[in-house]
Amino acid sequence: MSALSLPETSARRRRTDKVMRATLLVATLVALIPLLLIIYYLLKEGLGSINANFFTQDPTGSYFGSVGGVRSAILGSLEMVLVATVISVPIGIGVALYLTEYGKDSRFADVVRYFVDVMTGVPSIVFGLFIFITLVLAHVGGNFTAWKASVALALLMLPIIIRSAEVVLLLVPSSLREAALALGAPRWRVISKVVLPTALPGLITGSLLAIARAMGETAPLLFTVAGATGLTFSLSQQMNALPLQIYNDILSPRAAVISQAWAAGLTLVALVLILNLIARAFSRRSRLA
Amino acid sequence: MEASATPVGGGRSVLERSSLSRLPDRVLKWGLISLAVLILALIVYFFIRLIGESGSTFSTFGLSFIFGNDWDVSRNIYHGAPLVVGTLITSGIALVLGVPVAVATALYITELCPRRLRAPLSMLVDLLAAVPSVVYGLWGVFFLAPKLLGAEKWFANTFSFIPWIGGGASTATPTNYFIASLVLAIMILPIVSAISREVLATVPQEHKEAALALGATRWEMIRMAILPYARPGIVGGAMLGLGRALGETIAVVLLIGDAPVIGKHLFSQGYSLAAVIANEFGEATGIHRSALFAAGLVLFVLTLLVNIVARAYVARGTRGHRDAGGTAGAVMVAADEGPIQ
Repeated sequence: MSALSLPETSARRRRTDKVMRATLLVATLVALIPLLLIIYYLLKEGLGSINANFFTQDPTGSYFGSVGGVRSAILGSLEMVLVATVISVPIGIGVALYLTEYGKDSRFADVVRYFVDVMTGVPSIVFGLFIFITLVLAHVGGNFTAWKASVALALLMLPIIIRSAEVVLLLVPSSLREAALALGAPRWRVISKVVLPTALPGLITGSLLAIARAMGETAPLLFTVAGATGLTFSLSQQMNALPLQIYNDILSPRAAVISQAWAAGLTLVALVLILNLIARAFSRRSRLA
Repeated sequence: MEASATPVGGGRSVLERSSLSRLPDRVLKWGLISLAVLILALIVYFFIRLIGESGSTFSTFGLSFIFGNDWDVSRNIYHGAPLVVGTLITSGIALVLGVPVAVATALYITELCPRRLRAPLSMLVDLLAAVPSVVYGLWGVFFLAPKLLGAEKWFANTFSFIPWIGGGASTATPTNYFIASLVLAIMILPIVSAISREVLATVPQEHKEAALALGATRWEMIRMAILPYARPGIVGGAMLGLGRALGETIAVVLLIGDAPVIGKHLFSQGYSLAAVIANEFGEATGIHRSALFAAGLVLFVLTLLVNIVARAYVARGTRGHRDAGGTAGAVMVAADEGPIQ
């Protein structure tokens, strides 16, 4: 500063700046503490209980002897979430296609968007109650069954899939659509041959995130499938699920069951994380965005 | 985008398709529209059924279902004030604890930290959203609650002159309002932080540069240029966090103590709307079950209101230089979902 010297920032202001910057840094570190603690305790308490039996046996549920494993819970979770995916992904992408390809800025499309946004905020336990009232109380195909849990999870996944799909579909350049239309392709072929393939990685990312979310949900399962200990693949029966198994294990007085809960928690977090990582990989591959 | 070329005989263009070959287009269009209608109809139908099922509770207890303080299953009396109060207290404290940390994290990540650390730090904070609530419950019950009990007692003793904190020391239990709120605060942190980051990213670079050029320090720039601009969006994000906290079930049912009374102080046991549903549902019949549906209805309406207000705020906050509120909604959905942005 030779010709034009600026007045120096006062010491008080510099001090405030330093203090506040340090505060923000400390707050960020504080935010990371719970994550580290959770991961540390899941590994510390959970790893010990993971052995061959953990994945090959079903929980015994008895107060004495072996506690078994969590095979039925893992497979049950996977099956119910798979069915929920089969229900929600086509519907979700369909609604998103309506919003981007047909509805656009129409009044009705805005209403749909608004409802979908609001649906995102509905607590998962309320979705459980919805399904309980309409399907379980009404005895539609039995009382508590796995397919009803899948429907509840599908409802929960829908808004996530719709909104993420809409964003991705909007990113497909309209020049691609226009080029295909100009070549004489009908709209359905433009959608199936141009829009969807271009958006595919992004659509997969959104769906996987929804799946990861559904995987960890406990509350809707309480009212729809109610849990079981044995292994079954029949969708019209009660079925076990990892979150349900953990929830029930927490309430148990047996130490062995509780270490099983930690191991099951570790398994669940690992599953959710793997889904998230795969989703991340897909979103990287996307040529859009 | 109908092809329109010179019309030939019959008013149809040579390029126009026959109505038969346009059939798939029509089917697709109306199929997609009916899907959208179906979703709307379903939500409305669910809502009506929920009101119907909780009807007998409201006709029996009226407004005292919300304001009366007496929830007694053995006498079949369901006055749910303890639940409403528990839900509001835990969510309120969760906001007070979680939002400042979340916003500070967002500020640090977007404004202060080295560029290389930005992505990894965001990812770590977002990871908190990937932890299922039952795992938070597990961790809270077996690690956090017992570990913090001593500190809570010390705190209640030392600050016993503050109302609602004092007097709790001798009766403090591992599960209480505070511990439930603390875990809720951790659970909403990633959501609020992710939305705040999105909102902070929309603050125009020129505003920041202008502040710095006028001689502002980094902090003054944050306080005077960034925060005022981003405030509506941050408020909206906090309210979305509130919506999440209000409806959180499993972690709260494990940590709030499940006592159907209005706790006298911060460290006493209580109950929440979501927790009572999850806990008493198994053995509930008749009016008890209807009361639980009514609790669900109150919870639903409460979260609906909070979400509607929140969305209005966030839409205002991100409108800055993004295209319309459409993106805002998507931003929030993405933020809800954790590790990906």
